[in-house]
Amino acid sequence: MTNQLLRFTTAGSVDDGKSTLIGRLLYDSKSIFEDQLEAVEASSAKKGFDYVDLSLLTDGLKSEREQGITIDVAYRYFATPKRKFIIADTPGHIQYTRNMVTGASTANLALILIDARKGLVEQTFRHSFIASLLKIPHIIVCVNKMDLVDYDEAVYEKIVEEYKGFSSRLEVSDIQFVPISALAGDNVVNRSENMTWYEGATLLHMLESVHIESDHNHIDSRFPVQYVVRPHSKEYHDFRGYAGRVAGGIFRPGDDVVVMPSGFSSKIKTIEFGNEKLEEAFAPMSVTITLEDEIDISRGDIIAKPNNHPKADQDIDLMICWMNQRPVNLNTKFYLRHTTREVKAVLKEIQYKLDINSLEKLDNAEQLQMNDIARIKLRTAQPLLFDSYRKNRITGSVILVDEGTNETVAAGMIV
Amino acid sequence: MQDKLNQDVTIEPGVEMSQYYLSHLKELESEAIYVIREVVAQFENPALLFSGGKDSIVLAYLSRKAFHPAKIPFPLVHIDTGHNFPETMEYRDWLVNELGVRLVVGSVQESIDKGRAKEETGWNASRNALQTVTLLDTIEKNKFDAAMGGARRDEEKARAKERFFSHRDEFGQWDPKNQRPELWNLFNGKKHQGEHFRVFPISNWTEMDVWQYIHMENIPIPKLYYSHEREVIVRDGAILSTSPWLKLKPDEVPTKKIVRFRTCGDMPITGAVESDADTIEKIIAEVAASRKTERGTRADDKRSETAMEDRKKSGYF
Repeated sequence: MTNQLLRFTTAGSVDDGKSTLIGRLLYDSKSIFEDQLEAVEASSAKKGFDYVDLSLLTDGLKSEREQGITIDVAYRYFATPKRKFIIADTPGHIQYTRNMVTGASTANLALILIDARKGLVEQTFRHSFIASLLKIPHIIVCVNKMDLVDYDEAVYEKIVEEYKGFSSRLEVSDIQFVPISALAGDNVVNRSENMTWYEGATLLHMLESVHIESDHNHIDSRFPVQYVVRPHSKEYHDFRGYAGRVAGGIFRPGDDVVVMPSGFSSKIKTIEFGNEKLEEAFAPMSVTITLEDEIDISRGDIIAKPNNHPKADQDIDLMICWMNQRPVNLNTKFYLRHTTREVKAVLKEIQYKLDINSLEKLDNAEQLQMNDIARIKLRTAQPLLFDSYRKNRITGSVILVDEGTNETVAAGMIV
Repeated sequence: MQDKLNQDVTIEPGVEMSQYYLSHLKELESEAIYVIREVVAQFENPALLFSGGKDSIVLAYLSRKAFHPAKIPFPLVHIDTGHNFPETMEYRDWLVNELGVRLVVGSVQESIDKGRAKEETGWNASRNALQTVTLLDTIEKNKFDAAMGGARRDEEKARAKERFFSHRDEFGQWDPKNQRPELWNLFNGKKHQGEHFRVFPISNWTEMDVWQYIHMENIPIPKLYYSHEREVIVRDGAILSTSPWLKLKPDEVPTKKIVRFRTCGDMPITGAVESDADTIEKIIAEVAASRKTERGTRADDKRSETAMEDRKKSGYF
């Protein structure tokens, strides 16, 4: 039995119980150590609380406490006998969109928290939409604070129905629901005795069993070359290996391959990892591939299969999230990073901005502000070798880097 | 958590689609190697910060895998406080020889002699904070533009918000409020003249992952990590090894205990735990059962609630 890794994202504001839920998961799965608990007990006492505030376990930096804000994504870890979990914990303040997008970019699953007393609110729509935009394959909707609505099944069912109605507009195929109380621990790790009407699994059980094997694309073979390994040693004088991480599909020795953008074809000679020779490689494995023929290949090239290779184009349609304080106008130039390739790019057109609360399209935008989501067109200096983000999250994603400040200013998903 | 001992099964060549996934250790390994290769591709003069501890050992081991059959294309940098466990030095020299890699040593003693750093005084004096000066000087002198380290996000709350590619200004400082967002596996190593990056390829590993990986890959580690008899004193609940650098208080009498170390820091400030774990399997069982974090034995973190954050901002590892 192998332990898989599940990466999930949470988002929310202070009062919806997110920190308490994370604290609960860490605490009930015994991932909290005595000295961490002591520190939290001491902080709780210092603040004058007469209980141990589990949410303090995810308390942040001094610079944050001084300003009473949370800076951005914090990563937390816990493990059960079945899986290891990485939580991308994103706060819900002004920079929510930027942080949500960052946390969501690597997640298999999103936890959406709904306060049972309040039902669906603006934030619910926002979080769910971003999960859908970033193509997080799985969503678990936690209807929290069930203890405050007397564990009433009708309240839960109403919220579930409402969410299902709304989510039919999203592109998420796997949505599960669970009624919980993070504070009291109902249905988080242990089954609730207060909600015998609920026949589904606990939250932890869902996290442990959600099917993530198909989250990577194992159909369309893509191998972005990251680095060329040339030992220049006596023993390996002629060795030329292409190091990289498989972005999609399955590669095996003997496979016919085509190298983009040159279009040269060859056969895979060996697939190596350290001193092992592998029989196959698939996403997200880091390996080194050698080919039968000596052809000129460098970083940024993609090894694919004949009849199934990425698109090559200089005009790219994207959905982007603008992440910088400084707004952006048409014709601004950037560095664009995509797989292992970097090219210059220019913002050609803003087709529309999206109101992420109403999903309404706003035309005639000439400028993008921080946290805006927009559909745009970019022109690149050299062709990109890409797939749509829908088809492959690795070969379909880009970041934009400011030419002057070197900051990462936008995240883009190729349409 | 009792099943943490379960060994990971390596991937057999798949027979059906559902087999195409990695164990968590293989996925973390693949991620770390991707990051290490990205550093070599994006920077001109990278280096690996090697402390002699298990995390930087794993990092060196991953680096070897990443570039095999070529040699590791960057040097190991050791910031030598002069207060090392002899076992750490012995291991360091063995490893450098084993990997056939260049070693660069930055000496804290030299920084002190040159007046660049001032030795702390008092019972709990340590050279831990002084390392920052030597580290930044070494980076500058050797013109390193990326320094990889074995820090993990689970270690400490200031590290939970650290990036894989962590930008440092021309003074080597970390600005947590102004970090670049990091998305997918697209790392942005662009910088201005004089700035550098710290890179943490095993950011997503936990202490348990490191031990399980050492076990899976059969990686040799310094003897300090295994149970052994040692002359120690107990100060403020911490078990400290006697050494030329540990000033004893009048009422402190050294005794012999069976101990091992969970981290490998400076000799005068690294606390031992009483343990009879003399194999990796026993260490893993002990870590699984442990109710204290490994940094719980580090006096440097106990100075204040924000000790790590403060040190990181000024350029610490």
